[in-house]
Amino acid sequence: MDIGMLEMQPPEKGAAINTLVFRPGRCTNCGMCLKVCPHRVFAPGERRVKMARADLCMECGACQMNCPSGAIAVDSGVGCAAAIIKAALRGKDEVVCGEECCR
Amino acid sequence: MEEGYATEIMATVSQLGSRERNDHLKARIGIDRMGHRVRPGLYALGSPTRSSPVLVTANYSLSFDALRSALPGRNAWILALDTKGINVWCAAGKGTFGTEELLKAVQATDLASKVDGRTLILPQLGAPGVSAHQVRKGCDFKVEYGPVRAEDLPAYLDTGECTEEMRTVRFKLKDRLVLAPVEVRNYRWLMVLMILAAVFVPFYGPLVLALTLGGIFLFPALLPRLPGKDLSLRGMVLGGLLVTPFALYQLLFWSGGFVIAAVAAEYMLMIAWLGYIGLNFTGSTTFTSRTGVRREIFAYIPWIAGMALLGGALSVVTLALYAGWL
Repeated sequence: MDIGMLEMQPPEKGAAINTLVFRPGRCTNCGMCLKVCPHRVFAPGERRVKMARADLCMECGACQMNCPSGAIAVDSGVGCAAAIIKAALRGKDEVVCGEECCR
Repeated sequence: MEEGYATEIMATVSQLGSRERNDHLKARIGIDRMGHRVRPGLYALGSPTRSSPVLVTANYSLSFDALRSALPGRNAWILALDTKGINVWCAAGKGTFGTEELLKAVQATDLASKVDGRTLILPQLGAPGVSAHQVRKGCDFKVEYGPVRAEDLPAYLDTGECTEEMRTVRFKLKDRLVLAPVEVRNYRWLMVLMILAAVFVPFYGPLVLALTLGGIFLFPALLPRLPGKDLSLRGMVLGGLLVTPFALYQLLFWSGGFVIAAVAAEYMLMIAWLGYIGLNFTGSTTFTSRTGVRREIFAYIPWIAGMALLGGALSVVTLALYAGWL
């Protein structure tokens, strides 16, 4: 059995459970990520933006999609629990929404 | 309803009536889940001119109606993308509210010939599916991201800017509770069984029904107040809390060797059940990441299953003790 309980025990604030990667070297300070992030993960900076609250990232992928210089990478997805549970039980890939999912 | 994009401009109004309220109620309960759609295409809200703003949304009726009802007395164009009746944020996550669909809609409605402006105002939550710079390359229009919520659109249209507040998603009591009825629907056959059990099975029937309703309604309501970081753990805590009055009643007023086993079984089963309800809620929040959801599912499923099995075994022991077999 997985010892997930232990892993979870100290819920230290800001334990990032996401795949967000920011490559500041590529940032052109266009500010699109500041606009699209629904959790204010990025903050304005003088020459490039700052990844100020990485732990709040929910992997929606908006910043990556709208970063014209490819400075942001994140493995995004819907994160539907029912779909992941089904996938885990059946050993298949996640299918989200529509005929194959919630009815 | 006809399929595909309408080529003609369709008229719409800001005012919602009883037909819409009926449709919204059904959508909230989860009746005809995929059927809450409007025809994709270009709508004239009020009497827009060639220079009125173009607002883009999904063809889910709740999304479309939230948009138009937020703009009383205003004239605007509404471009409804064919998201197959899925809301903006979910559709963006899947990519159906996306760059490709947006370009398709602009072309199918011949938008460039109908308006003079070359700006498309998208809801911010459409951004996970749309790449603004790719849209720019693919057509004459450029994308501007408006506020998260339609209610902030009038302020955005007047000032051309969004405050930090307008750019942030929230998950307030109302946002959480509105999700509960769909859960009732998801568990509908179980609910029927539970209601029957509550009527015919003394003590245990009401216990199970109360705990389930607690999981569906109290869990989202109390979410920020429950301890623990993971939603499953918070569900387990709530399960433990809610079963306690029942357990105390048994310990005080029932007698016999089986009572301890019965109480232990209830704790195990109900903590597992509410843990499971909590686990499922990870998919409904506005803050859990997919990596986080996946991690939580793989971490908690063994514990939930283990507790359920132990609870089942303890129930058998309880029954055996009660019947005097042990």
